[in-house]
Amino acid sequence: MTSSDHRRDASLSRRALLQAGAAGAALIAAPAVLRAQAPAVKLGIIQPVTGALAEAGELGRLGAELAIADINAAGGLKALGGARIEMVFADNRSNPEAAAQEVERLQGEKVAAIVGGFGSGLCMTATQAAARYDLPYLVDVGVADSITTRGLKNTFRMAPSFSMATSVALKNLVTLNDAAGKPAKTVVIVHEDGLFGSGLAKLLGTELPKLGFEVLETISHPTPARDMSNIALRIRSLKPDLVIPSNYYGEFVLLARTMQQQRIRPKAIYAIFGGAASSLRFVKEFPQAADGIIDCNHWHDPKNPRSAEIRRRTEAAGKSYVYNVPLNYSAVTLMAEAIEAAGSVESAKILEVLSSRDFGSGVMPYGRSKFVEGQNVSALPLNTQIQDNDVKVIYPDAFAQVKPVFPLKA
Amino acid sequence: MYSTEIVLEAVLNGLLTGGVYALVALGLTLVYGVLHIINFAHGALLTCAMFMVWAAWAWLGIDPYAAVLVVGPLMFGLGYGMQRLVIGPASRHDDGNILLVTLGLAIVLENALLAGFKSDTRTVATDYALEVVSIGPLLLSQPRLVGFAVTIVMTALLWLVLNRTDIGKAIRAVAREKTGARLVGIDVDHVYAVTFGIGCVCLAVAASLLMPTFYVNPRIGGAFVLVAFTIVVLGGMGSVVGALLGGLLIGAVESLSSLYLGDSLGQLGIFLIFIVVLLVRPTGLFGARV
Amino acid sequence: MTATDLLRPLLVVAVFAVVPWLGVSNATLNFLVYMLIVALAAQGWNILGGFGGQYSFGHAAFFGTGAYATAILQVQLGVNAWVGLVCGVAAGVAVGLFVGFLSFRSGLRGSYFALVTLAFAEVFRVVANAAGFTGGAAGLLIRLEPGVATLQFADRRITCMLVLGFVGLGLVISTWLTRSRFGAHLIAVRENEQAAEALGVDPMRVKLGAIALSAALTALAGCLYAQYFLFIDATIAYGPWISVEALLAPLVGGAGTVFGPLIGALALHGLGEATKGIAGSVPGIDLVVFGVVLILVIAFLPGGLMGGLARLAGRLRTIARGRRPAVEA
Repeated sequence: MTSSDHRRDASLSRRALLQAGAAGAALIAAPAVLRAQAPAVKLGIIQPVTGALAEAGELGRLGAELAIADINAAGGLKALGGARIEMVFADNRSNPEAAAQEVERLQGEKVAAIVGGFGSGLCMTATQAAARYDLPYLVDVGVADSITTRGLKNTFRMAPSFSMATSVALKNLVTLNDAAGKPAKTVVIVHEDGLFGSGLAKLLGTELPKLGFEVLETISHPTPARDMSNIALRIRSLKPDLVIPSNYYGEFVLLARTMQQQRIRPKAIYAIFGGAASSLRFVKEFPQAADGIIDCNHWHDPKNPRSAEIRRRTEAAGKSYVYNVPLNYSAVTLMAEAIEAAGSVESAKILEVLSSRDFGSGVMPYGRSKFVEGQNVSALPLNTQIQDNDVKVIYPDAFAQVKPVFPLKA
Repeated sequence: MYSTEIVLEAVLNGLLTGGVYALVALGLTLVYGVLHIINFAHGALLTCAMFMVWAAWAWLGIDPYAAVLVVGPLMFGLGYGMQRLVIGPASRHDDGNILLVTLGLAIVLENALLAGFKSDTRTVATDYALEVVSIGPLLLSQPRLVGFAVTIVMTALLWLVLNRTDIGKAIRAVAREKTGARLVGIDVDHVYAVTFGIGCVCLAVAASLLMPTFYVNPRIGGAFVLVAFTIVVLGGMGSVVGALLGGLLIGAVESLSSLYLGDSLGQLGIFLIFIVVLLVRPTGLFGARV
Repeated sequence: MTATDLLRPLLVVAVFAVVPWLGVSNATLNFLVYMLIVALAAQGWNILGGFGGQYSFGHAAFFGTGAYATAILQVQLGVNAWVGLVCGVAAGVAVGLFVGFLSFRSGLRGSYFALVTLAFAEVFRVVANAAGFTGGAAGLLIRLEPGVATLQFADRRITCMLVLGFVGLGLVISTWLTRSRFGAHLIAVRENEQAAEALGVDPMRVKLGAIALSAALTALAGCLYAQYFLFIDATIAYGPWISVEALLAPLVGGAGTVFGPLIGALALHGLGEATKGIAGSVPGIDLVVFGVVLILVIAFLPGGLMGGLARLAGRLRTIARGRRPAVEA
């Protein structure tokens, strides 16, 4: 499909949306009799909207809501006689027991499938609870490899697993560095001490030397961290070419600002799943600290016009855009496609379809999503860089919007 | 190993950070010293104060430092009201009940903030947040220097209030002997509430010092609570000067241990000091009372 | 302790034991299992905190040790789950004795004891998060493999019965405390340590015995948690949440009573589920309501729910005798 096709598609869908919106309004006003059609399909959406991970969970929920609104506006699930999707939302409260309990509730409410989860620990207990009923569960982003490798037949993951994501991040780093004439040789890693950050640091510690980088220091910190000045101090004394941070939003912003304050300007800040490195709020609030930061992270396909649409709607909802929105949007559209293809809300049929064919990837740059032993093997993180006060894709070339600025001017 | 300048700067950084910790601990130690309660809502109250500072800046355009003039009285009112209307009556001065009530309040406050402000991490942007003062090779953060100075002034003020004013004398009397104080006509419930209010004012000051460089979300207060407890224990529960010295010491220790052990294991340094002090010298290193 | 003393615990267990077989929903079953695990941890806390008056804020240290010990033994060493359970409890007791010995020897009590236990739990958490044999930050995943040998049951009603059995054991131990010499000594130490000592009670021994028993039950809860959810990490096992759960339930239910922890856990978690429904689209509102109700309970029910029940029973008795209740309001 060419980009003009995309644009036509987009305007079409926008028009369809407007009509559907009007129709929806009419429906609400109409008496119940008129609405009588195929029974709604219940879809469980589970996200942490209270507790430590609430910030991300809110955005994940928004993505799912947008997708459901779009699907319903476009006529619902056609294979099921135009059945509307009804969201049954569950708050896993950022804790694993609540996640399991909410899955039980969703099962009790007879949802056809569940999408979401966000944290690895939250996904562990939730997928396991769902496995008791063979209830299809599509994880949005919990990264721990074991979520899919532990052999639960009902569990699928939309986003790349930890090992997939990190190997791409490393490969892209080498490509980027080679293309610029290998300006970067030394590295300092700054990571949160949770599952992802620690795992990443361990992996980088063994892999980077093989790729010709010298790891000067690996610094871990807790979440929340009260202070980044000592970390900045160590970076200043070590003078690395590259700083690789992997942490959550607050700590990332704190680190970037402290580095700016201490006038530390490495050749690049190459974040791997940096909490704020591709957050538009960070860009808007601290343009100077954010400028030039590279991230390897989940990101939408910028060439897909629907992604711009989603971003606009996110901002219209008063939220700032990060990957959770498009990722959950896409996970829901994928699950809807699977239900359509199964032609039924029966778990066994949906599971059969999920593991046997490929799917559209919504607005994610995954091409056709295909699940092998539960993992979407087409899933791919992108490299973005903060340029001109916006998050722009710089790599891989197929999705790139701008050329990378690397190394940064001192 | 690190050069002398780096180590020196780490210590100075730690002392400056410790100043803000001390402010948070000051409120806690005062409440402990007088009411003999471990206030579990302290972290949530700090979060409250930080959101107030943020709101003053974002909605009214008030500079975070100036905001203390608004947030201070508000926090005093909140603290006074909470003690007088909720903690006091609901707990009937039973230790277990106080604990539960403050825990309940922490849940209410934190989640009310979540409901009201959403879970977003919020920051304040000021011109001076990134200013540094360079002394030779050292770069010291200007907002932290300001924070440090304010902490010293606050501690001195608090000491003066406690030792030189009527209400201060009443507070000390109640802290020492509640029944006796009541017999000589001191309104104990009022004194309790005032003490709680003053503790909250300390948090308001800490919040306005933190916000230019830090961030706030509905759960952030928890990050400071444990370290504040450590300082309170180290300084001697109820000791104002102890809290200041304890804060500085903890700041420096944390800074050095994070330099050499990393920030994650660096926390161990604090907890181990905490445990050892408790086991060996539970009255604290500087164990004077209010 | 006589057979009649055991009547009430057995009756309560029997009531709970019937529920799973009444065709309740899976959500209810899961709720029951989790609530009973928390209740077990809380019974542990109640022995030291309720009967012994030593308020701990760090029962996570015991809970987590139980959970980690059983998980590590199964995952890293392939040990049978039942053996893992026993070792988990033993490890919990060892940690309890260690913490207890250090703190009681230094004469810590009240807030000081509370804070030192809190710090110990945090040390465990930081270490478990960094160490290799605990799986570090990635945590430990026990293989899903239902069977009697693995202590995992496909039918959750059986899990429920198993946990209930242990809670029943906790009730029996608590009842024994109200009837035995050891229990009397423990309560004497709580009320006045010097006086108890003067009467020939060795407070150190009594308190160590209490913390060992307390740690055993809470570690058992940790083992069962790991075996039920099959995944633990440092924040789950040693996080402050379980320390709070363990002390909240007895304090709400009635500290130092036999049924307080169970009633408290049931009430708190029931309330938590009940308020979930009102959250709507504003996250946090449900927990605000939860907190407010909690404060109201404390304000209007001195002695916790058990205290309230006892007063209610007393009042009913007076009414039944045809007299006006002695105290109104």
